[in-house]
Amino acid sequence: MAVKTLRIDGRLISAHEDQTVLDVAREAGIPLPTLCHLDGVAAVAACRLCLVEVAGSAKLQPACTTKVAEGMVVQTATDRLKSYRKMIVELLLAEKNHVCSVCVSNGHCELQDLAVNVGVDHVRYDYLHPDCHVDISHERFGIDHNRCVLCTRCVRTCDQVEGAHTWDVAGRGHKAWIISDMAQPWGASESCTSCGKCVQACPTGAIFHKGASVGEMRKDRDLIRFVVTAREKKQWVV
Amino acid sequence: MGRLRLATIWLGGCSGCHMSFLDIDEFLIDLAGLVDVVYSPLVDTKVYPKDVDVVLIEGAAASEEHIDLARLARKNTKKVVAFGDCAVTGNVTAMRNHLGPALVVLERAYLRDVDVRPGIPCEPGIVPVLLDRVRPLHEVIPVDGFIPGCPPPAKRIKEYLESTLANR
Repeated sequence: MAVKTLRIDGRLISAHEDQTVLDVAREAGIPLPTLCHLDGVAAVAACRLCLVEVAGSAKLQPACTTKVAEGMVVQTATDRLKSYRKMIVELLLAEKNHVCSVCVSNGHCELQDLAVNVGVDHVRYDYLHPDCHVDISHERFGIDHNRCVLCTRCVRTCDQVEGAHTWDVAGRGHKAWIISDMAQPWGASESCTSCGKCVQACPTGAIFHKGASVGEMRKDRDLIRFVVTAREKKQWVV
Repeated sequence: MGRLRLATIWLGGCSGCHMSFLDIDEFLIDLAGLVDVVYSPLVDTKVYPKDVDVVLIEGAAASEEHIDLARLARKNTKKVVAFGDCAVTGNVTAMRNHLGPALVVLERAYLRDVDVRPGIPCEPGIVPVLLDRVRPLHEVIPVDGFIPGCPPPAKRIKEYLESTLANR
């Protein structure tokens, strides 16, 4: 396997040719915010939080889907990138009804942590306050579309890890929403195996265990990676 | 330098932020030696005074009265602080926004499924007129600082006040 040498934030780093910039940055301890990324499922570069500057390219590149290359020069934390990341998190907060104080994931939420990390102290955009619904028709789980950031981690986990493909995305733009089967109530889904992996894959309080009250929904962030590592490498480690 | 002229305001919120303010416990005694509380739901001043140094504003803007008071506070105050999640984001106060404009909200609350004396309160000059859309404070006036939390923990309030006093 060929080794590539590149620079990230001025540091000279060696990497395997099949690694992404995100993989390498993480190994080197260079922090890069992510939201749609989930270890164990395919990267989709949807959230744009891991965008980096690559010398020679006018376009910003998502680190999670950009493969390393020989002599690549990457910047991960320029003022431009930081301002875009802050803007992205603010837009996510403005798009749906993220009322942290009454959310099951308050205090254990990746979106909340991101907002703190990128320096969001208030949202400069008008909140859309869309009319979203909550589906608690499933026996054990619920989905609250008010809290959904459309990262599709549940969709990919259900499809690629569980193999059920219960979840998918319907609609376009800010009217997009996550559906079970053919937009039927989750409890009426014939494909759902009730495995609960989507609950753990969800970064916010959008998918939760029924009965969890405010701040009680703690998720096992390593579960999906654990399952995939066990399956592919026969190693029962996180 | 004279004592810091501190004000607090309660707009569209539950007063939980003010309760948390009181939870700073013995620091209230230190604070009493360093600041004058010139306007607050906790003191008896009726009119927002001039030359206020810092105001902590709890709650979102939900009525016309809130907008008027916020604007007056901005005009008369050096440093305006959004105090708690309702002021910072709209929070629970803004959860009515998805229903629609004020009239729809009032009908939902006071007419629909109401058994005893249904009727929308309307006392011009007494009952403030609701805004069609609840707004966070920074959409109404420029804001200089933000203290998040529902309510903000007492420790956070204490640290904010300490740093404000230290950086005068």
